[in-house]
Amino acid sequence: MTFSFDLIIEFLPVFARGALVTLAATVVGFVFALIVGAVLLALMRTPWGIVRVPSTFFMEFIRSTPLLVQVYFLFFVLPNVGISMPAFLTGVIALGLHHGAYVSETYRAALAAVPKGQWDAAASLNYSRPKAYRHLILPQAVPIVIPALGNTLITMIKDTPILSAITVTELMFVANDIGTQRFQYTEPITFAAVIYLVMSLAAAFAVSWLDRSIRDART
Amino acid sequence: MPKAIRFEGVSKRFGETIVLDDFDFEVECGEKIAILGPSGSGKSTLLRILMTLEDIDEGTVYLEGEPLWRKHAGHDTLGSKSSDLRRLRGKVGMVFQQFNLFPHMTALQNVAAAPCHVLGQSSDQATKLAKSLLEKVGLADKLHSHPARLSGGQQQRVAIARAMALRPKVMLFDEPTSALDPELVEEVLDVMKALAHETDLTMIVVTHQFGVARAIADRVCFMERGRLVEEGDPAAFFQSPKNDRTRAFLRSVSLA
Repeated sequence: MTFSFDLIIEFLPVFARGALVTLAATVVGFVFALIVGAVLLALMRTPWGIVRVPSTFFMEFIRSTPLLVQVYFLFFVLPNVGISMPAFLTGVIALGLHHGAYVSETYRAALAAVPKGQWDAAASLNYSRPKAYRHLILPQAVPIVIPALGNTLITMIKDTPILSAITVTELMFVANDIGTQRFQYTEPITFAAVIYLVMSLAAAFAVSWLDRSIRDART
Repeated sequence: MPKAIRFEGVSKRFGETIVLDDFDFEVECGEKIAILGPSGSGKSTLLRILMTLEDIDEGTVYLEGEPLWRKHAGHDTLGSKSSDLRRLRGKVGMVFQQFNLFPHMTALQNVAAAPCHVLGQSSDQATKLAKSLLEKVGLADKLHSHPARLSGGQQQRVAIARAMALRPKVMLFDEPTSALDPELVEEVLDVMKALAHETDLTMIVVTHQFGVARAIADRVCFMERGRLVEEGDPAAFFQSPKNDRTRAFLRSVSLA
């Protein structure tokens, strides 16, 4: 078996466009997940059961069903009730909702990791709850949450191929397409894997750099 | 002139455990109190109730004549708004056994934070105040150190400065020297002595260390099982305790 680098070079611009779509879907989906996680956690923490119970159910439902099913649901079922969105937007929303449900749990754990004595100190200095969160608790929870969010980011990079199922022309879609055109799968799939690897490693490196620089600033 | 603090028939339970049992207690304005007692006797809970970190199950707690907590037959009969509770809470400061400094802030930021965020002082004004307070506790050279870089004694002195920055009328010390290495107790005690002798602060110090009680208190109280067993001026209390249980406690602690 021979490995044809010529094929990869020939399709380099196509790979590049696919990789760019993957990157965009990951970044936008990740930002969306960060927001969904925060909103979901806030809703699950309200004292009103009428808000808390449905949002907790939503979180459990999202976490207990496959991402692919959610993507299909948004893309093929919602149009039946008059909501239809472009494939990319649909994919990004699915990624954001799915991982947002996990992110809410990450946030919860990070808040719980801030020692209770910090809340006592905040109350003893007459902080209101919102101000205690903003000035005292969140600045301590953020460094705790960064490594976990780094894992989420990397998982999301690797989840983006699912979007090819709804015709988002991301990296895997493109690789598969080239394979079909030339009846040659080894090169495109291998090269796609290499690009995913590079993206994941770059993300891991960036996260650990951020983690370290935050810790260094606090001693 | 109302008392600084008054407990009237206060009861507090944690599950089945009775922490305060029909507890009565009064503190004059400017008085310095030391509270001794075995663990689980309700000393820390008494402070946490005054700091509004815990509520009560029964009775009334007054702060400068105003009710801070009031419950009868388990019902809150105070009906106070949270703004009222916060206004009263602003008169009280607290120093914790584990210091509880904010680890993401320097010593200076720890002290300046509340005046800035809670009282709405300008950052310049709060920083100036924080500097002068940290100088008073002997930490002028540690303004920009984070808590992780400070010894226990230094951390506790920052914590005292931090509490003082809100100009409380009442200061509560919950075993302030218990987490310190013996050689670091003195530096914290010196700061507390200065507060006791040079200000008209009302102070309540929960401690296991007799030296701390002797150095600061006008009145020493002994608590056991949620009740006040004995109280007196420090000389009389330590020299000739009247109550058998107090005597037994003093003997057991001094042997340790």
